[in-house]
Amino acid sequence: MAETYKIVIGLEVHVQLLTKTKLFCGCRNKFGLPPNSATCPVCLGLPGSLPVMNREAFRLALKAALALNCRIASHPGHPPGFTKWDRKNYYYPDLPKNYQISQYDLPFSHDGWLEINVARDPKKEFTPKRIGIIRAHLEEDAGKNTHDESGRGGDTRVDLNRTGTPLLEIVSHPDLNTPEEAITYLEEVRLMLRELGVSDCEMQEGSLRCDANVNIHVPQPDGTHHETPLVEIKNLNSFRAVGRAIKYEAERQYEEFRKDTRGEYRFGKWLKETRGWDDTRGQTEGQRHKEEAADYRYFPDPDLVPVVVSQEQIAAVKAEMGELPQQQRSRLVGQYGLTAYDAGVLTAKGRRTVAYFEAVAAAVGDGKTAANRMSDLIFPALSDRREEIDAFPVPPAGFADFLKKTGPLSKQDRVHLLGHMLDHGADVDRAMEATGIKPQTFDEGTLRAKVAEAVAANPKAVADFKKGKDAAKMSIVGAVMKANRGVPNDVVRRLVDEELAKA
Amino acid sequence: MSLTLDQVRKVAQLARLELAEDDLARMQHQLSAILDYVAQLQQLDTEGVEPLAHPLPVQNVFRDDELAPSLPVDEALKNAPARSGDYFAVPAVFDTTGE
Repeated sequence: MAETYKIVIGLEVHVQLLTKTKLFCGCRNKFGLPPNSATCPVCLGLPGSLPVMNREAFRLALKAALALNCRIASHPGHPPGFTKWDRKNYYYPDLPKNYQISQYDLPFSHDGWLEINVARDPKKEFTPKRIGIIRAHLEEDAGKNTHDESGRGGDTRVDLNRTGTPLLEIVSHPDLNTPEEAITYLEEVRLMLRELGVSDCEMQEGSLRCDANVNIHVPQPDGTHHETPLVEIKNLNSFRAVGRAIKYEAERQYEEFRKDTRGEYRFGKWLKETRGWDDTRGQTEGQRHKEEAADYRYFPDPDLVPVVVSQEQIAAVKAEMGELPQQQRSRLVGQYGLTAYDAGVLTAKGRRTVAYFEAVAAAVGDGKTAANRMSDLIFPALSDRREEIDAFPVPPAGFADFLKKTGPLSKQDRVHLLGHMLDHGADVDRAMEATGIKPQTFDEGTLRAKVAEAVAANPKAVADFKKGKDAAKMSIVGAVMKANRGVPNDVVRRLVDEELAKA
Repeated sequence: MSLTLDQVRKVAQLARLELAEDDLARMQHQLSAILDYVAQLQQLDTEGVEPLAHPLPVQNVFRDDELAPSLPVDEALKNAPARSGDYFAVPAVFDTTGE
């Protein structure tokens, strides 16, 4: 069945760069400082002050652009690597200069892509899709306005600490087609920029912000499709809000399309509309109706000289970039035989977790077991203990030792043992001594006799099992495990199967 | 090159200038004269001349990512027409910039 409509989404992502100072002056670049305590004549736009570009900001931006597979300032009619900054003119109290230093026609990077997993069930499959990047450019952030919420029209309060913070704007092609894809794309951008140390990407603190451009394509009987006018959604304060807003907006546009009998609700007939997402009410709301397109009167900023990026510079940044998430996932799959999902989980937890995993995998000689046991044991323990992997008291060698010595134990026993190790700072041997949980040497004949006893002692479970209740079998396995602590679970299961077949 | 009154109105609006009708006419005349003056450049033959992004033959001017002292809050707010605590205070605004 053909879909009712296709959603077309392009995302504009702004991330603040992790520099010590602002883009054009030496004021501190930090969230949460007392209001207006990090300003100077440059970022206040006082007359006679001059901006000078922060080398580190440019380096971080270049790193992000290369990770996004962008071309670096390749502009016809200009030397390779040539980029410049322009003034974008508009009046708003958070912008004391009345222009924002941004990049217009010669952005320092453009024409890249990012691969995301768009499988319907990303736990089971990996279906890559490349999302095109139109451009990524380096600009300065504006200050922060706090509006009077009382409704009495009180003054707007302006904090200019954020003014001049280095900001990377990443504009995607409209290649995203579902709310889930949009969220996956954002997660991938965030993971990559965090891993590269480019940005901390905290949406709560505004170091990652996102606007979504959305319209829908409705298939027509003649094989063409009707495109609705473009809407830019703002005020998206979480990834979840991005997904909800896109879904809402697509449905709203489809309703508009159905109500429109004169064929006027059409892309190209309307100016792009800006709508704000109201997270509480769960809807987008029209903002001021724009009668004409914004007119920013861009022109080159005469206070800043152009930058020419050299091949050596590009090579140097590439060399220090290390492995990107996408490369890491495929290496983990190839090298350790992990599923794409497990490789994704490890990668999403960051490079330090992957390093821990690789050390454990090398020591036990089995990547799959290392990954599974980390998921079963370490990740829950870390979240219980509110701890990062580097602070985890059991080092990779200790965990590998634990895995080798607890192989035949049940999951519950392993959890219990590891808990003891964490609580008492003990190694696995001491934890086994203290808890008495240890793999038992067993003789299969003896164990079989115990299983046979358990089967004989549970006629109801046997009857239930014969009626097709698989759970009944597990109650017998459980009883045997309980009475014979430390025997290998898989052997008990096999023996129970065999004894039940005879019963 | 003559600007229309509507063009002058638009430029005034973009610059947040409130101009009376008399002023608009005067500005129309003055701005047109400036444009005419600059338009003389159009007579030059620029065939084969590379576009210039910046008049100085200087590139790649950077500073290191090192902290410099910021202004004390009271200094920063000194020129503000109004302040509210440690904030600049401005009449309530509604975002019309699209930024």
